[in-house]
Amino acid sequence: MIKPQWLLATLFVWSANHLLAAESAGTVKRVSGQVQVERGSERLKAGPGMAIFVADKVRTGSDGAVGITLKDETLLSAGANSLLSLDKFSFDQTTHQGAMRTTVKRGRLAVVTGKLAKTSPETVEFHTPNSILGVRGTEFALEVNAHETE
Amino acid sequence: MKPNKSLWAVLACLGLSACVSERVVLLPEPDGKPSALVIRSGGQQQVLDQPYEAVQRQGGSLTATTMPAAAVQERFGAVLAQMPPRPVSFVLYFLEGSSELTPESRAQFQAVRQELASRPVAEMLIVGHTDTVGDLRGNDALSLERASAMREALKAEGIDPGAVEVAGRGERELLVKTGDEVAEPRNRRVVIRIR
Repeated sequence: MIKPQWLLATLFVWSANHLLAAESAGTVKRVSGQVQVERGSERLKAGPGMAIFVADKVRTGSDGAVGITLKDETLLSAGANSLLSLDKFSFDQTTHQGAMRTTVKRGRLAVVTGKLAKTSPETVEFHTPNSILGVRGTEFALEVNAHETE
Repeated sequence: MKPNKSLWAVLACLGLSACVSERVVLLPEPDGKPSALVIRSGGQQQVLDQPYEAVQRQGGSLTATTMPAAAVQERFGAVLAQMPPRPVSFVLYFLEGSSELTPESRAQFQAVRQELASRPVAEMLIVGHTDTVGDLRGNDALSLERASAMREALKAEGIDPGAVEVAGRGERELLVKTGDEVAEPRNRRVVIRIR
């Protein structure tokens, strides 16, 4: 019989490899001031050209702002004191099928939606602490003033 | 001990979603096309379908409002200034049966270079195409050769090839619909999409 801990270890190795092999979801294009990317337990200083992956959290400081382009050409720009996470992203460059979900925990975000919003708008969602935004080929800006600290 | 009032206010907010205020505004599309945004929150729903329509969520309920351009600029100007540049496309054409650019497209290639130089961290998808002369498999190969030739040319100009994805679609996505075995210059192309 396979011991459960072995199975767990195997699963862990598999998922670590899976993470390493994962394709990036987007790229940081512009940075000003303090911008940090949280990837698992890592805290990385963001700079232009940095790859963004699913599950990354992007945190801007009081002087920070960041512009990110996702592979489907979704454009995101976040202002100071913002926290967002890319919860879900998949995109097929040939069929333009996939899905994405971005959460804005706090701060300000402007969005120009990309190819996913054209091909399958129902798979594109922006979440805030209390709301879910669905898009229909859209440019918009949003703000979350949260008193919580995270 | 007398509790500090402002401290109480902060504590009251912890874990209480009602005190998170949110605001969403629909911005105009650059081409003036209609667009819409649906906001769902705690059983309520609001649809924004005109530029500068906005919705505010405070005290647990959604309120429809508007945020004129000047107010958007004031609140979101610094955010919008950081928006990455919009993607652009270039189409370059090839000599028949070859991965050599036409003379006109060779000149256009310089415009591609300039565009790349003007962008922060440019990334590209280059998709090659052929006309219907030759068989399907041969054209799949030729279309990929065309895209790859462009990547090589850009590499020679100092562009990081890691930022360039290539694909070939053969004669599967004709720009100008033709029958089989028709030489059509406008179908012998690559589309360079820069983001």
